Amino acid sequence: MYSDLNQRLKADVRLEEGLQACMNCGICTAICPAAEFYEYDPRSIAITVQSGNEEKIAALLEGDTIWYCGQCMSCKTRCPRNNCPGLIISVLRKLSQETGAFIKSRMGRQQYLIVKTIGANILRFGYCVHPNSLVPATHPEQGPVWRWIYENMHEVYAAVDANLDGDGPGAMRKISPTDLDELHQIFEVSGGLKLYQTIEYFSQLKAVEMGLTDTNGKADMEKYTQYLLNE
Amino acid sequence: MEPKTKIRWSEYNKKIADDKFFYLRSCIRQNFNPGAEKVFLSILQNNLRKEVYDDPHHTTCSGIGYHSDIVPFETFQTMVARQFSLMTERGYKNCAVSCITSFGGYNEVLSTWKEFPEELEKTRENLLKATGRTFEIPENLSHACDIIYHFRKEIAAQARYRLINKETGEPLKIVDHIGCHYAKIFPEKGVGGSEYSRVLTGMIEAWGGEAVDYPERRHCCGFGFRHYLIKNNRSYSISNSRKKFESMQPYHPDMILTNCPGCNMFLDRWQYALAQIEGKVYGGKNGIPVLSHEELAGLVLGYDPWKDIGLQMHQIDVEPFLNKIGVEYHPKQKFTGVKGQYINEPAFTGCLARKD
Ligand code: SF4
Ligand code: SF4
Ligand code: SF4
Repeated sequence: MYSDLNQRLKADVRLEEGLQACMNCGICTAICPAAEFYEYDPRSIAITVQSGNEEKIAALLEGDTIWYCGQCMSCKTRCPRNNCPGLIISVLRKLSQETGAFIKSRMGRQQYLIVKTIGANILRFGYCVHPNSLVPATHPEQGPVWRWIYENMHEVYAAVDANLDGDGPGAMRKISPTDLDELHQIFEVSGGLKLYQTIEYFSQLKAVEMGLTDTNGKADMEKYTQYLLNE
Repeated sequence: MEPKTKIRWSEYNKKIADDKFFYLRSCIRQNFNPGAEKVFLSILQNNLRKEVYDDPHHTTCSGIGYHSDIVPFETFQTMVARQFSLMTERGYKNCAVSCITSFGGYNEVLSTWKEFPEELEKTRENLLKATGRTFEIPENLSHACDIIYHFRKEIAAQARYRLINKETGEPLKIVDHIGCHYAKIFPEKGVGGSEYSRVLTGMIEAWGGEAVDYPERRHCCGFGFRHYLIKNNRSYSISNSRKKFESMQPYHPDMILTNCPGCNMFLDRWQYALAQIEGKVYGGKNGIPVLSHEELAGLVLGYDPWKDIGLQMHQIDVEPFLNKIGVEYHPKQKFTGVKGQYINEPAFTGCLARKD
């Protein structure tokens, strides 16, 4: 079903940086915070990628495992061979998205939610997070002080001299349309938009496969989002 | 192959520029602690008489998107190149970076360009094609905490307060939490490397406090990018922070000092969330205050905790810490607006609602 997975992994310069003769010592797993809380073992990821076994690599791309890494890069510091399983993970995740394998796992499918939040914020606001997007109802962990900030947003930011949605410099200033346009162009030229679209495309296929469709039989992405949020 | 002299990380100092900085803000810090960035600029300009440029045209570096895998490396490199292009356009050569995720990302990109010149060429082409821009590589890239560390003695000389309990005369006990991407990816880019980080403890000691070591000092706060961003996975984030709080609790810290905007927010909010879930408060009167390097520097220099530093935006009250070092402040001004008028207040602050 997939072809040339090894070659495609190796085409990413980050693999050259992240994996050189892993000796299977397991230090990365010992230090890894994700290994502590999930069924996750960075050592075996490094070994599998090193083995070049296409079948096993395909299984990684389709499974939950690669999505457990928290990208803290603690493994990089400790590996005696200067490998970085966290970076190997980035390369695997990219390929999982490009091949559509990510929609086969619960953790992988969540990428759609990230495109729709962080991905959208980057191009809409020029910030990866914006106070408007931090709705207290979906962020109960933010607590009563954040709720107070959210409900009195302009006054609170102005009181600390931030420039929320304003012109000119300062914290949370409005990013001008010209600057936002440059970001769009960068995403267009360098493959950023294509990756968003790829994630959306495969997510739509999954929605249809699951019967989450509108009256015309087309993917209903609102339903799909709700499904992901509760999956 | 082995270097002749091994680096002694515990004494390792990186090169930090002295002046003329191009400031790169952090999305997370601007959202949650905008006052910290304001006070950083003011300390540089007004206390240390340095030149620092705050360019309205710079944007997100897209690093959070990169580490949650929706932004490809090629795009991330081009986004970073655009920030460098703005720096070049303004005639600067030194970057002062507010965010730890960005700092790690910029270093990753710079190291990639060094190892793989073809990636640099591709990035130059991408940026030119997309925006018509060109750029130079910065001569120095420092995180904001590096710069505060660099000038810690000058700050100490101007300090209005010291990190000493004004009642007992004892130094305050402070634990630090270093953001993972500060030095775990490139230890040589951090003061003291990653294992013996000195960047925050150096400040604590210079300003009179006691830096307290604790077993999980180097453990991640648990952000985990996709793990916090997706509600279903947030238990990962809170579990990692919990592990840290459990580890520091026996040392009774008066404060937690951070350099990462994400960590600063998480270590503040998760104390509240854990108290709500488990009923447990890890220290202090109603939680352990959490401050970043800029916020602490601002306090010791005598900046106003509310108007200048914006500490009212923290969930955990900072007042117990202010009282210990004797900071003068107006309790009633905490929840006031631009013109000093009262603007309503949070349902409660700290970990648990007070019963009185
Ligand atoms: S620490 Fe390094 S060498 Fe050891 S198992 Fe992990 S990646 Fe391989
Ligand atoms: S980057 Fe990923 S694999 Fe490495 S220590 Fe962190 S969570 Fe584990
Ligand atoms: S400790 Fe957490 S927020 Fe800070 S750099 Fe690491 S993952 Fe990011």
